[in-house]
Amino acid sequence: MTRRKTDLVLFSELTVEKALKRALGRERAELIGEIRDSGLKGRGGAGFPTGTKWNLAGAAQGERKFVVCNADEGEPGTFKDRVLLTEYAEHLFGGMVLAAYCIGAGEGIVYLRGEYEYLMRGLKETLASMRERHLLGKDCAGKKGFEFDIHIHLGAGAYVCGEETALIESLEGHRGEPRNRPPFPVTTGYLGCPTAVNNVETFITALHIVEKGAAWFKKFGTSKSTGTKLFSVSGDCARPGVYEFPMGITVANLLKEVGGEEAKAVQVGGASGRCVARHEFGSTIAFEDVSTGGSIIVFGPTRNMLQVAKNFMEFFAEESCGQCTPCRYGTETLLEGIKLLEQKKCPMKYLRELVSLGETMQIASKCGLGQSAPNAFISILQNFKHEILAHPQGE
Amino acid sequence: MLASEKDQLRHEVTTIAKRYEFHRSGLMPALQHVQRAYHHISPEAMQEVADIFQIHPAEVHGVVSFYSFLSTGRKGRFIIRLCQTISCEMADKKAVAVQLENDLGIKFGETTPDGMFTLEYTNCLGMCDQGPAMLVNDEVYTKVTPEAVADIIETYVKKFGAHVTHEGGEK
Ligand SMILES: Cc1cc2nc3c(=O)[nH]c(=O)nc-3n(C[C@H](O)[C@H](O)[C@H](O)COP(=O)(O)O)c2cc1C
Ligand code: SF4
Ligand code: FES
Repeated sequence: MTRRKTDLVLFSELTVEKALKRALGRERAELIGEIRDSGLKGRGGAGFPTGTKWNLAGAAQGERKFVVCNADEGEPGTFKDRVLLTEYAEHLFGGMVLAAYCIGAGEGIVYLRGEYEYLMRGLKETLASMRERHLLGKDCAGKKGFEFDIHIHLGAGAYVCGEETALIESLEGHRGEPRNRPPFPVTTGYLGCPTAVNNVETFITALHIVEKGAAWFKKFGTSKSTGTKLFSVSGDCARPGVYEFPMGITVANLLKEVGGEEAKAVQVGGASGRCVARHEFGSTIAFEDVSTGGSIIVFGPTRNMLQVAKNFMEFFAEESCGQCTPCRYGTETLLEGIKLLEQKKCPMKYLRELVSLGETMQIASKCGLGQSAPNAFISILQNFKHEILAHPQGE
Repeated sequence: MLASEKDQLRHEVTTIAKRYEFHRSGLMPALQHVQRAYHHISPEAMQEVADIFQIHPAEVHGVVSFYSFLSTGRKGRFIIRLCQTISCEMADKKAVAVQLENDLGIKFGETTPDGMFTLEYTNCLGMCDQGPAMLVNDEVYTKVTPEAVADIIETYVKKFGAHVTHEGGEK
């Protein structure tokens, strides 16, 4: 079922053992420099430059340091990490070894969402095989004196645990409630130690970059969003699945590739992303335009967009950790508002208040969940007000 | 809880806690084990776990109540979790939901009287290109049709018959 565009970056040829041994023969600073030159930005959604993150974690003082892989993949419409965890586990662990060497970490943890427990066995087998080949453990990947190993920590069904500080809380055995930032995990992460938290795709991309060079990577994408990106495509299209495209692809071109030309709208970036309507299909998918962790949900001509907004808001109301008021109260209130709209009972004045509540949430919420929860509602309302306010018989 | 059960539980949780040198980072793995083996985390179990990790039981309760895969109330042996998020919704998860209710004779949020199945909704399972998707414990099913529901349920009824004596072991 899963189809893909191959052989660009992520899905290009790479022998992990060879790449690692070569990389670990180089200086840390040189490797971090290579990643920095490549312009690689985090693939988990927020888009923080990976070279900078590793440099900060490397410079931070600490007896122990950690490399953590964020495999919590909970954003609605995202499944590319599942494919990577299933088919490219060795590449992922290789990328974590690379990160550990760069920042000087001795321990790695994969935070695997509870829903992916069925991947555990395969991942453990890959770890065991890598230990046997000395790609993990003492004198890791042929580097004398460098010791690094990885274990897997299973989540227990909470979307917010994908937020990196909530993830760390969860690893430490607490409720997965996001922390105030700063301090950032690069200085004060797991057990208070310097920690580099990265997405599955980020680690794998980094390994390709050190093997093939920053210049090679920059051949793809735009100047501000270098390289390629994996996209998880679902919804109303002929060929759903995981695709690799260069950054900067237009929504229209992406739709052509996946057989979704008929779409009336596309949700880019999952529930926390933005709804892009037909007249905006010329927009590009890149950090400087429409940014995304890779979730693409296609809506065909007959989809009821208010129902889409409702589904997303139900998601946030359920997944809010409840720690701060703008998010806890805001998600519930917006959901109630959507229900009023559904019943054709929402006064215009109140609708405007809802939008301004959404804008407050974007600013005043403590973490990315509450900050992005109103995005879908606001963009759907902007683009489909006519449809949403139309009387059923008048349509 | 019987005294022997309590001893058993203490033994199992201690084994896990030891692996983490009794550090709190072992708490989730311990609770996940209790949930898996006993289908819920009772007040007595929370007290045991708290004693072993030397933290307050309220702390343990705080963690249990936070995560949707941990529960204080008893769940069925098999928890069926149907994805309710948008792509599965658009793939007509509703039809599968109705059939699940019909075939199990319970509503979402309920457990069958024989303690075999609990029926729940869950959010995106990362199978959005192959919806409707659902989990039964830790096994995933994709492109589920209303017709297939009865067969899936049947597999677990059979499985349970075969494995009845191996309950409670650590995974
Ligand atoms: C509510 C919420 C959920 C998130 N979920 C994920 C996730 O599932 N996977 C992920 O890699 N990043 C997720 N993130 C982003 C992380 O906080 C963090 O930025 C990321 O793991 C850093 O890795 P990267 O720089 O390689 O992208 C989430 C953020 C928020 C606010
Ligand atoms: S924004 Fe929402 S999820 Fe984030 S800390 Fe506040 S209540 Fe929790
Ligand atoms: S929407 Fe159901 S698996 Fe993602």
